[in-house]
Amino acid sequence: MVTAKPEPRQAPAAAGPQGLRRLFGQPLVRNAIVGVVALVLFYLLIGHLGQYRIYQLSQVGPYVIALAGLSVLTGQNGQISLGHGALMAIGAWTLTLMQLHTKSPLWLMLIASALVTMVFGALLGLVAARLRGPYLAGATLALALGLPDITTRYQSLFGGYQGLEVNQPNAPAFLGATATPTEWLAIIEMICVVVVMVLFANLLRSRVGRKFRAVRDDEIATQVSGISVPRTQVLAFALSAGAAGLGGGLFALVSGNVSPGGFSVVLSISLLAAMVIGGTGTLAGAVWGAAIMVYVPEWASTLTQKLSLNQSVSANLALAIYGFLLVAIIMVAPMGIQGIVRLVIFKLRNLRKEPG
Amino acid sequence: MSNFWNFLLIGVSNGLVYSLVALGIVLIYRSTRVINFALAAMAMFSTFIAATLIDRNVPYFVAFLAAMVFGFLLGAVTERFVMRPVESKSPLNAVIVAIGMLIFLEAMAGVIWGAKLRNFPSYFSLIGLKIGGTRLAISDFDLFIVAVVVVLLLALSVLFRYTKLGLMMRASAFAPEVARLLGVRVGRMLTLGWGLACAAGAVAGLLAAPKVFLFPNNMDGVLIFGFTAAIIGGLDSPVGALVGGLLTGVALSFIGGYLGSDLETVGAFLILVVVLMARPEGIFSSMSARRV
Repeated sequence: MVTAKPEPRQAPAAAGPQGLRRLFGQPLVRNAIVGVVALVLFYLLIGHLGQYRIYQLSQVGPYVIALAGLSVLTGQNGQISLGHGALMAIGAWTLTLMQLHTKSPLWLMLIASALVTMVFGALLGLVAARLRGPYLAGATLALALGLPDITTRYQSLFGGYQGLEVNQPNAPAFLGATATPTEWLAIIEMICVVVVMVLFANLLRSRVGRKFRAVRDDEIATQVSGISVPRTQVLAFALSAGAAGLGGGLFALVSGNVSPGGFSVVLSISLLAAMVIGGTGTLAGAVWGAAIMVYVPEWASTLTQKLSLNQSVSANLALAIYGFLLVAIIMVAPMGIQGIVRLVIFKLRNLRKEPG
Repeated sequence: MSNFWNFLLIGVSNGLVYSLVALGIVLIYRSTRVINFALAAMAMFSTFIAATLIDRNVPYFVAFLAAMVFGFLLGAVTERFVMRPVESKSPLNAVIVAIGMLIFLEAMAGVIWGAKLRNFPSYFSLIGLKIGGTRLAISDFDLFIVAVVVVLLLALSVLFRYTKLGLMMRASAFAPEVARLLGVRVGRMLTLGWGLACAAGAVAGLLAAPKVFLFPNNMDGVLIFGFTAAIIGGLDSPVGALVGGLLTGVALSFIGGYLGSDLETVGAFLILVVVLMARPEGIFSSMSARRV
């Protein structure tokens, strides 16, 4: 994804006809091209990976989407949410219940999990628009703690503590006879990631994105300029929730099961941690954060196995690392990994300029 | 009918514990404008310290005091070295750092003591009292809770109202610049405030543990109930925290009793939403809105 970035910058330089140049100048077209290139590269990459590596990659996808939503909400619009794990749960159960009770095609189920969660997010946004920083954090934390309890309360519908099983879709024929469900799922996810990222990247460059940032930076000045602060905040919350819901739907497909334990408050808090560590408010940061959420726990458990530490260490090491990094990053590098990456790129460019 | 009274009594007993958590939140919020989400983890950690001491045959009340002292130190160190650098920056940063502390402490407790549920001794009997042949829902331990909370609240109000130290602490909370000009070491007062708040949290942890058991995130739910109580109380008044705690405790006890205990946390969320929508500054707040 990151390697594909230089592509669009060269496009306008190719001195084509005026119309073509203007077309490439459009953010939507440019972002879409980056997305398609990333998709093709991803498809080629999958061919060279073993099944387990592909499975791991497909664990990253749902988090990328959910984190992108959270990052836009917190980093661009200034609203904090400790409840995005609960929003993912809504998306996950929407998909699961549709799979169980209807014969909907996969794309419809994914769109539905995004839309249902978006409606819920809009309602939550109405509340959130009246709350500031710490109040909002507390209210959303309460949601993250309380929502999983509802699934154990209404067992016949949601499956109780055990939860419900989710069937993974079979690979379509055009991928070839050897394609496995795991590969197909990874491809579906990559398509979803690309669509969401392109939409968000575009949104952030549009008037709506500027409204988001205006509300974040100064609510009173924004209101005075004739922009409705609450309406903007509700919109941001709804869009962010939609992404979380889609992420949740994909999460259900990858895990093959939805249960209250999978959407505990730890998930919500880990999402916030991953967002901050990756880089609050940046879409690339969502990719870093999602990778951290999948690979750090795995490294932690391999490390504890190698050092033959006991079970309680391996279960908690990753979380301890998140907690430590969360505090350290806010103090030392508030823009997270993506902030560091940007700084390095900036320094390298300056180095190249100076000798010449 | 007797159900009603039992739920009410349980609600009052639980509510007093939520009041303590709310008090911990309020003491910190009114001086540093930070909501200390790590309070849950600090209370839990202190309780584990007490449990470890009790396992080594240290008397209950010595362990109780040791946990309070530990809570105080943990709070003071956190304020001085973790929160101080971010206090002046955006409130979002302070929230995130507090959450970071919460995750870190809960994970460390998991590493040290394991994630297993364990019993925490209550010293006093947990069996319901018998009055005139009917067994009530409250026990000796609940009476102990009432006594501890009353003593603690009295001690704190004496500290804040009648001592020079308390006056300096209040001055640092409400007018830090003026206080500093008059020679109050504001930074030291903030550290002290955090220490006291986390000691109160530690007591809440010790009082809650016999009922909610002891494990690394046993206080998460209690924190949310305490937060709800603090919001109802307006976040800046210790009396509000007490009243908010009692109201939250009773409301949740009825929700849990009549509708099912699964719904208590959802109930807290709904109470929070309703209160925040109706009166964002809290029901008992003396403070005017701080928009800008």
